[in-house]
Amino acid sequence: MFGDNIDTDRIIPGKYVVYNDEKELAKHAMEGVDPMFSIKVKKGDIIVAGKNWGCGSSREHAVIALKAVGVSAIIAKSFARIFYRNAINLGLPPFESPEAADNIKVGDEIEFNLKTGQIKNLTTNRIFCVKPLPEFILNILNSGGLVPYLKKELKK
Amino acid sequence: MGKTIAEKILSEHSNKDAYANDIVVANIDIAFVQDGTGPLTIQELQKLGKEEVFNSNRTMLFIDHAAPSPREELSNAHSILRNFAKKTGVRLYEIGAGISHQILIEDHVNPGEVIVGADSHTCTSGAMGAFATGMGSTDIAIAMALGKTWFRVPETFRINIDGKLSRGVYSKDLMLHFIGIIKADGATYKSLEFAGETIENMIMSERLTLANMAVETGAKTGLIASDKKTKQFLEQQGRGNRFKTIRSDEDAIYERNIDIDASNIVPMVSAPYAVDNVKTVEKVTGIKVDQVFIGTCTNGRLEDLRVVAEYLKGKKKHVDTRLIVAPASRTVYFQAIKEGIIQILVEAGALIFPPGCGACVGIHGGILGNNEVCLSTQNRNFKGRMGNPRGEIYLCSPATAAISAIKGEITDPRERI
Repeated sequence: MFGDNIDTDRIIPGKYVVYNDEKELAKHAMEGVDPMFSIKVKKGDIIVAGKNWGCGSSREHAVIALKAVGVSAIIAKSFARIFYRNAINLGLPPFESPEAADNIKVGDEIEFNLKTGQIKNLTTNRIFCVKPLPEFILNILNSGGLVPYLKKELKK
Repeated sequence: MGKTIAEKILSEHSNKDAYANDIVVANIDIAFVQDGTGPLTIQELQKLGKEEVFNSNRTMLFIDHAAPSPREELSNAHSILRNFAKKTGVRLYEIGAGISHQILIEDHVNPGEVIVGADSHTCTSGAMGAFATGMGSTDIAIAMALGKTWFRVPETFRINIDGKLSRGVYSKDLMLHFIGIIKADGATYKSLEFAGETIENMIMSERLTLANMAVETGAKTGLIASDKKTKQFLEQQGRGNRFKTIRSDEDAIYERNIDIDASNIVPMVSAPYAVDNVKTVEKVTGIKVDQVFIGTCTNGRLEDLRVVAEYLKGKKKHVDTRLIVAPASRTVYFQAIKEGIIQILVEAGALIFPPGCGACVGIHGGILGNNEVCLSTQNRNFKGRMGNPRGEIYLCSPATAAISAIKGEITDPRERI
């Protein structure tokens, strides 16, 4: 759980942008907010955050680090636009839902459906709906990102 | 139905009658990366099996973030860019050439074009009436390979600015004032159009400062209609023939209109750790400053250095304050030498960095120590931005930076006047 305006300098500080290796980046994920994050986080965990998640630098290393450390989706009140595109391009689903972000607590079990745009809090049994993404964006996410998607498309 | 600047440019580049909220696939004119984001772009191109670009004259690589490289990982990243440039014939700007956004303005960008770059401050070129926006490495990889990308056409906020800026007050102060009103996410996804009498009278250098910081409000781009001043600028750069009038229609639809009276604006700073944590200089006067950094894509141009030299001429920086100056490009540097500006700065005790991003990104020289305070003309003051989360950064105009370097503490630049 994170607050508002978490910038990419805090998701992955600039000094680690020298690495293009996902394992190295994963070690420093969220270091600018919580230096213990990479140890605490478990595979499949979801980040829940306030507004303007991922503002600042365009560094894609931020998405790579979060994905590599095991984050499976991000639910935020709102996203900064470059981070939002980067997340889609690398196959990390971003959900924009202030309601969901306000009604999920640390430890709650969450299920999400990209196609319907439904987020279900299994712990509290509450359901939140976001506007489903356009089909071509869903296809990018389901392919695991823009490059795998285009590879398939270009072969057709 | 009338169109905004964003709607016009994206319509023309997608051969569609596009309006806000439409999704278009648009041809792009320029795609570029820098040394922080470029290696990933090249990696993605290789995954895609593409080793050629849509247009090698309009695809560029800039080594500006860590120039020259301070460590081996970055040196290796630079090698990746150099090898790619050799293989594909794309234009590589080496260490010392300067900051991507500045070089693009000097040599490449024309009104009405679509510019995409793997750097969030790509929006700087919006001041030329070009639709310019930052993206991530993968997006740029695809744009480089295909010469096109998808956009959702943004809604526009029109910022009407009238009145004359007071002496000692600059477009940086105006922009910080605006960011203080709209906040860091107040224009997320929107296109900003700066207009009004104040903008019409502004020289290109000052317009660039506004457009540069559009992203600090969450905006996709910050646009200014092309006009006489744009034409003059292009003529000075030797490409007056590329001038084209780009302006929004009278009946264009704006999501919001925001009016600002420039004559009321006073010198401003952004206090740690957010760009929208804006205060008047008056409120923070007297805070001791360990380092002053003057430069960057926001305020490292010749006009900025001229202002700094005016303050520093015949003076010395404060003994407890370090003063670092990084010209935005080699052209700026060379002109500053010819005008005697560099001599004035060096005599005042400044350290001149090579043209490039310098201390702004925290991977190069000028990293702050614990509890140190830096006053900088850059565009971001996030925690850890200058390499140390225990350092504090205040953002300001070149004038405020210069006078504060002399006094060793944050000082109102109108004091001298």
